[in-house]
Amino acid sequence: MLTWMAGFFLLMTKLGLVLGFLLFMAAYLVWVERKFLARLQIRYGPNRAGKYGLLQPLADVVKMLTKEDTIPEGADRPIFMVAPAVVAFTAFMMFAVIPFGRDLTLWGKPIPLVVTDLNIGLLFVFAMSSLGVYGVALGGWASNSKYGLLGGIRGAAQMISYELSLGLSLVPIIMLAGSFSLVDIVEAQASYPFILVQPLAFLIFLISAMAETKRIPFDLPEAENELIAGYHTEYSGMRFGLFFLGEYVHMQVFAGLLTVLFLGGWHGPVLPPMVWFFIKVAGIALLMIWVRGTLPRLRYDQLMALGWKVLLPLSLLNIMVTGAIVLI
Amino acid sequence: MTSAWEAVKALGKGFATTFVHLFRKPITEQYPEYKRSLPARSRGRIVLTRDPDGEERCVACFLCSAVCPVVCISMEAAEREDGRRYASWFRINFSRCIYCGLCEEACPTSAIQLTPQFEFACTDIMSFVYEKEDLLVDHQGKDKNYNFYRYAGVTTQVGDKGEHVGEKEPVDVKSNLP
Repeated sequence: MLTWMAGFFLLMTKLGLVLGFLLFMAAYLVWVERKFLARLQIRYGPNRAGKYGLLQPLADVVKMLTKEDTIPEGADRPIFMVAPAVVAFTAFMMFAVIPFGRDLTLWGKPIPLVVTDLNIGLLFVFAMSSLGVYGVALGGWASNSKYGLLGGIRGAAQMISYELSLGLSLVPIIMLAGSFSLVDIVEAQASYPFILVQPLAFLIFLISAMAETKRIPFDLPEAENELIAGYHTEYSGMRFGLFFLGEYVHMQVFAGLLTVLFLGGWHGPVLPPMVWFFIKVAGIALLMIWVRGTLPRLRYDQLMALGWKVLLPLSLLNIMVTGAIVLI
Repeated sequence: MTSAWEAVKALGKGFATTFVHLFRKPITEQYPEYKRSLPARSRGRIVLTRDPDGEERCVACFLCSAVCPVVCISMEAAEREDGRRYASWFRINFSRCIYCGLCEEACPTSAIQLTPQFEFACTDIMSFVYEKEDLLVDHQGKDKNYNFYRYAGVTTQVGDKGEHVGEKEPVDVKSNLP
């Protein structure tokens, strides 16, 4: 009973820490993004709330929490209200299988630094990221607005096309590691990170991940200048905040996945494993912001052409070549 | 294949450009700390100027009020003993003013002028109604030497018809007959 209690307490502490850290980082990722993007565009970015605008996330949270939560007339109320939660929930769930450090040893017992080591971790990630589309599509549809609907439809279409290359680009990694578990994949990269042998898969996954997180070259579901805000046009207050939070947690999760799958996870010399994981994730996040600061939004047909005619055949080819080499 | 190489080169160039921007000083002007001096003709708060003799320039001709697209100028005309017209009261509702500058263009005496001053926002909407004493200033504004009554084609205290600056003798229409 006592060990059970200790385990439960440990699990809850871990969950709380991970959740708190994710939320905190999501808030400060917004700050980092705004600051870094501003510098890329020769601006200052937020610098009024606190020193260097460091209190800006706090101000944003207060603003969102105190804003009125409006629900448009004619909206499908239950779906409208649940949709943002779906987006945020699936984004958080995906982080559950990402290992962020070597096992800690506390009072002689090993504590794995991953919320749960599923043996089908990668499949779980894909399942959750596919579920996240429901939040976007249903949120857009339920708001009973043409912009919301268009954004939702675009979101669904985009997710379907990019989920394919996202999944297929990882098949070579699974072949190399021989496991779906993300912990095993990290262990398999102890000697060298997979980006060295799978640069093409890395590129395909990076592009697809940016499409999955709806970031700027692929932010067609939002597309400010044509759809106002796309699927979250009608949302206000904290419901919009949840969409926003989901997007930034998504960004962290995919940066984490890229780290775990291609950059060797928490492996690295000198510095402690968790620091290495953090550095790599931050690097990927900065790369994503850099891409956002550089590239314009793709047109809808270009997006589809890139997904179906370039990324999908390339990932299939990559699977074939890797399969042949592994077989030999 | 060449087109793909071109695309990669173009992408690289774009990323290099934004990367170089990281090390440049931002070009933003930090507004409340740094205020750039605006050009003299930028359009801000409206004033009523005086002529070089220190008299009010406004002759209450109602042209500004008529041309104002948002109808924010109102006044009442009056006449002094010496026949010079002036506005007995003059009112501009700045909560309506769109700072288009048409009043300034319409004014024949250069009385109403827009200044570069733009920082007079406040939360009390009634305080945006400016009366004549709020509008009248003690200088000539942008038009330093102009004095309407020196150029007027009518009899004024400066002189009779044909005696003003740059004015020709009135034509005797009867002598012009063929």
